[in-house]
Amino acid sequence: MLGGPMNLGLPNPYWVTRTVEYILRADHLSKHFPGVQAVDDVTFGLRKGEILALVGENGAGKSTLMQILCGVQRSESGEIYLEDQAVSFTSAYDALNAGISMVFQELSLVDGITIGENIFANRQPVGLFNNIKWRQLRRVTKELLNRFDLDLDPTTLVKRLPMGKQQVIEILKAISTDPKILILDEPTSSLTEAEVSDLFEIISSLQQEGMSFIYITHKLGEVFDLADRVMVMRDGKYVGSRSIGEVTEDDLVAMMVGREISDMYGDTAQLETTQGEYFQVEAFSRKGIFQDIQFGLKRGEILGLAGLVGAGRTDLARAIFGIDPKDQGKVVLEGEELDIHRPQDAINRGIAYLTEDRKGQGLFLDMTILENLIAPVLKEFTNRFGFLARKEIKEDVFTRIEKFAIATPSANQKILNLSGGNQQKAMIAMWMGIEPKVIIFDEPTRGVDVGARSEIYHKLRELAEAGTGIIMISSDLPELIGICDRILVIHQGQITGEVSREEFSEELILAYAAGIKNRNQH
Amino acid sequence: MTEQEAGTETIRTNSEEGGLLGTFRRLASFREFVLLLVIIAFTIIMSLASPIFITRLNIEAILLALSVEATIAVGMVILLISGGLDLSVGSTLALVGVVTGLALTAGVSSPLSIIIGLLAALSVGLLNGSLVAKLKINPFITTLGTMITIRGLLLILASGRAVLNLPKSFTVIGQGRLFGIQYPIFILLILVVAGDLLLRNSRFFRQSYYIGGNENAARLSGINVDLVKIFNYCLVAVLAGTAGLMLTGRFGSSSLTVGTGIELRVITACIIGGASLSGGEGSVLGAFLGALFMGMLANALNLLGVDVYYQSFITGLILILAVVFDVLNERRKASRA
Repeated sequence: MLGGPMNLGLPNPYWVTRTVEYILRADHLSKHFPGVQAVDDVTFGLRKGEILALVGENGAGKSTLMQILCGVQRSESGEIYLEDQAVSFTSAYDALNAGISMVFQELSLVDGITIGENIFANRQPVGLFNNIKWRQLRRVTKELLNRFDLDLDPTTLVKRLPMGKQQVIEILKAISTDPKILILDEPTSSLTEAEVSDLFEIISSLQQEGMSFIYITHKLGEVFDLADRVMVMRDGKYVGSRSIGEVTEDDLVAMMVGREISDMYGDTAQLETTQGEYFQVEAFSRKGIFQDIQFGLKRGEILGLAGLVGAGRTDLARAIFGIDPKDQGKVVLEGEELDIHRPQDAINRGIAYLTEDRKGQGLFLDMTILENLIAPVLKEFTNRFGFLARKEIKEDVFTRIEKFAIATPSANQKILNLSGGNQQKAMIAMWMGIEPKVIIFDEPTRGVDVGARSEIYHKLRELAEAGTGIIMISSDLPELIGICDRILVIHQGQITGEVSREEFSEELILAYAAGIKNRNQH
Repeated sequence: MTEQEAGTETIRTNSEEGGLLGTFRRLASFREFVLLLVIIAFTIIMSLASPIFITRLNIEAILLALSVEATIAVGMVILLISGGLDLSVGSTLALVGVVTGLALTAGVSSPLSIIIGLLAALSVGLLNGSLVAKLKINPFITTLGTMITIRGLLLILASGRAVLNLPKSFTVIGQGRLFGIQYPIFILLILVVAGDLLLRNSRFFRQSYYIGGNENAARLSGINVDLVKIFNYCLVAVLAGTAGLMLTGRFGSSSLTVGTGIELRVITACIIGGASLSGGEGSVLGAFLGALFMGMLANALNLLGVDVYYQSFITGLILILAVVFDVLNERRKASRA
């Protein structure tokens, strides 16, 4: 490998431009898991002091590649060069000591211990007999917190912190080893807008201190807000990398999917203007969560609920569906007031709620597609002896798997083994079993890659055209603007704005969402 | 603030409440403190109800009675914190008694017999720990298996009979006195103090919190998860063995059925003391106070002439109450945040 700079006919030949200083180079890395080539001959470089965004669909191999770089996985072939030295890590701890630190998607914090002990996990300053020096631990933690203007007590238990702060602590933990390279895997997926901007500020200040970053994300907006360069992976392979100045969002999507997606969202509805609302939510309130929510839904309409994380949209949906209590409020369907106290009441009247927490609350991960799809409709497939009608179930399930284009070798595949997009399609298929009149869909494309996303949008439009009203909650503004017929904006539990398709603009919706604009205060 | 006090620093929170009430609130969020208050209140009430409750003889009786459970609880709570569980401690306790007894009757010297007994316990710990850590078998199933297996092994070893007439040089462990106080109580108190200090301040022991809190993250922090887990299983087994030696010494004979059901009483004490079956929480002091409370309760019911059947009934209620208290407490805090 001493020969180094020679042209192997690869894309982006970094060795040609020797003026650029690379802190990390990966050379022909490969890794396969049973049945899948997760990382396929990937060669790329990370420049010193840059933020390199890494994008690609689910299953493109981003996470595996990063796990190789930070020592969690071993590559089967290829080399890693850190500051031009070949390195080989046997554990994440090795990589950490060499200066590569990673913030994983799942939080790695322990709830029941303090901020200080979390940040300096297993690296607490110790004295004689391994005894922890508490005062010193508190001091170094405080210094670290002060450096990022965080007014927190190092002895606060982590479980007392809000989600966003926990994410920041997670990052402090990763940088407390003073790494040269920090790898972040979708760090903003559960943060509010304000928390995201705080996080970006921290990242920028670390960049100025000379730290280099690899930033995995699904949100293309973040790529343009934060990164210097972006690298795309698909099917385990390196597709290419571009400077931020010379690439558009459409280019990236095309690189990620490998084809142009011309018609992402499908057609919008041609609603009859004379047609009235068939579903109404009236005077919904729950103290401290949402107040006096009032809106209606027309047949065939896709109504978006926009707002910041924590604005109360999910709470509202859960209250309508009867999961959470409400202080007051009425739900009217086809002119009849519904008496909803528990989810079963809502289901019986034809209301479906598809949760944002697909893995935690939406699906039975360890069970098969078949078992999942019949879960809400078990009663209909039970014969008079109380046994399940196997044959009818199979027929029904096969039809739905086909209709919703769930890619699976069999109906007996465990949900766990499906990709995010297929899981989401399975959840839709599961709820269509109750033949709903109203669908409330919370974050329909979270963790779903671009290709499957487009399929889901088309499916939603199809359902709407068949006469179902859809209420869609999403934190992805371009998505709401792309598919909805009308958008309601919620700010701190109140509807602050209603925007019709002709007026759609990100600026306007954001202004309502942030509470800068309010239709109630003219 | 001295290093010693620093261990309890975790009591401070970022709530800016000042004054006595604030201090009390902060303290009250710690199980050990609440439990201590309950024990003090209980002692006051009982001393009014029965004149012999706080006599030296009775206190000694309480401590002696709980020394076995509490000794094992020191190890069990550390194991629970790291996300483990050991149902085989009762069997291990009996195993050590029988193995040591057999060695003694075969003419082996007392110190050597004790070492042989504890080695038997250590091998149970190694077995449990390896099955759980290396083969990733569920701790409940692993230790349920070893619990039953060892009971069977005992019957085979001792041909179904107890080992009687153990020499004085050995029984002194359970019957001897130092400054007029029985050895088991000394051993227990030393273990509790040492265990609590280590678990609070030693980096090695604190690794258990990380493992119980988030095993993968612990691994990424460079913690040798398997090693710590195996160590914890060995620790609880050796402490169960120590309890077995104390008990065998006290009775002067090794029974095959001794320690039956003790695992659940030990776990109960740990939970009442603030540990959680899902790991990441608990302390040695808490576990000891839990055991102390259960011991005092049993003693009090005896003194008051309450039927022995009520003991189990009331202990169960208290366990449920402690857990309900936890859940409500967490909910209150969550709603305030």
